Amino acid sequence: MNTRRDFLRGLFTLLLTHGPIAGLLQFLPSRALANETANKKWYGFGISIDKCIGCARCVDACKTENDVPKEPFFFRTWVERYIIKKDGEVDVKAVDSRAATGSEAVPDRAILRNFFVPKLCNHCANPPCVQVCPVGATFQTEDGVVLVNADTCVGCRYCIQACPYGARYLNPETRTADKCTFCYHRISQDLLPACVEVCPTQARVFGDLNSEASVMTRFRRMNKIHVLKPGLNTEPKVYYADLDGEVR
Amino acid sequence: MRDLAKDLPDALVRLLVVVAVMGCVGTLVFMLIPKSLKDVRIQRADAIKREQAKPVKFAGAHACADCHDQLYAKKNAGFHRDLSCETCHGASKAHTEDPAGVKPVIPKERQFCVLCHAYNPARPRGFPQINPAVHNPLKPCASCHNPHDPKPPTAPKECSACHGEIARMKAVSHHVALECTTCHQTPQQHKLTPRTVKPSKPQVRAFCGQCHAKGTGQPNGLAAKHLPKVDMATHGEKYVCWQCHYPHSPEVE
Repeated sequence: MNTRRDFLRGLFTLLLTHGPIAGLLQFLPSRALANETANKKWYGFGISIDKCIGCARCVDACKTENDVPKEPFFFRTWVERYIIKKDGEVDVKAVDSRAATGSEAVPDRAILRNFFVPKLCNHCANPPCVQVCPVGATFQTEDGVVLVNADTCVGCRYCIQACPYGARYLNPETRTADKCTFCYHRISQDLLPACVEVCPTQARVFGDLNSEASVMTRFRRMNKIHVLKPGLNTEPKVYYADLDGEVR
Repeated sequence: MRDLAKDLPDALVRLLVVVAVMGCVGTLVFMLIPKSLKDVRIQRADAIKREQAKPVKFAGAHACADCHDQLYAKKNAGFHRDLSCETCHGASKAHTEDPAGVKPVIPKERQFCVLCHAYNPARPRGFPQINPAVHNPLKPCASCHNPHDPKPPTAPKECSACHGEIARMKAVSHHVALECTTCHQTPQQHKLTPRTVKPSKPQVRAFCGQCHAKGTGQPNGLAAKHLPKVDMATHGEKYVCWQCHYPHSPEVE
């Protein structure tokens, strides 16, 4: 009688204590491990607002390198021109990569501040698009790049809705979600992303955040840094230097 | 054995058959469906491999130097030193693999240079900009400027040789018609020892008032309506003019 009671008590203790611990071990985010491993790369991107001249060579190069549809509403990276007028109105337009930008829309004297803001996928450390994907097609690699598996993507557009930065689009040819990959095929061969490669003013930099001597580490040490929408707790890895408070 | 089967109730036998069939089908399905369709980790590893296998189209900043070393060295000594060759010549990985068969583009038309160099107020101050409508219209840029070593066609002899950023800023401002010496008295010695002998700077409000005070005339016959006039006694009397108006690029209503 006693042995059966002991057995049952032991069984329940085991289930109550070891079950949750084993479960927790199963579900602990692998991200934390990847981030702490010293030798692992953890890629980040830097943009100097004060250096950008809005020539949109990056947009063109990205479309060439990654076969992004040429229509001017499919972008993996794009450049916005912010015009903050004296009456307080903020005018935001994407720069046309095929023709020179002008000042025709707003006369010079109505402008208080204006500047260019290059944008791309922020490759968030805590990406909302990965959380919402119902089929697990969007995921984060060990080096911190958010990729889309086009083979399993069903094109439901949840991730496009979930991205607070508007960085995703539905590729009209493959009918799957598409976005910046930090040119994953290039960086795995130690080449720079195409947009960084062609930027004429070095407004874009790219590198390993874990390295003590990478261009990104220096970028973050030498500049006043801000990220887009920090309040959403997405922990973006695209860092902006000299970003204006009006930029959304 | 036969007796045992006979002894069992019919319902139980049928149930056992159903269970056995389900087990078989389940095992078959489990074995037939490949692991890559079930394990998300395999799918992701495959996706990473596919991503890495995509073709590279931009060869990179240093690839061109292998053959075009002189042109590369020339570019790296000039103002276009920070540009990658492929910024202007486009994706050229194919050219590095088949130099004779695939030629990179050579943008010769004006529309290409003005992508960077047309005047746009959003561009950083001092970045070299022109107004394409009035800067030698219809003439290809390369007829005066060598794109591998871009310079003004005549070397600047005066202030802009050193103070190029200010000169370029002034060139697209309201003060474009003023000489530097209108406001700065520059001794000849400044050109030889620029740090010991310095040009003068205006010190008082009255200096700007020579042109901008109410009741003063029109210097050099400039159009009157474009020259702003203020009452020096009441307009910002607490400050000197250049605390609000930057003289090299004055912003005025």
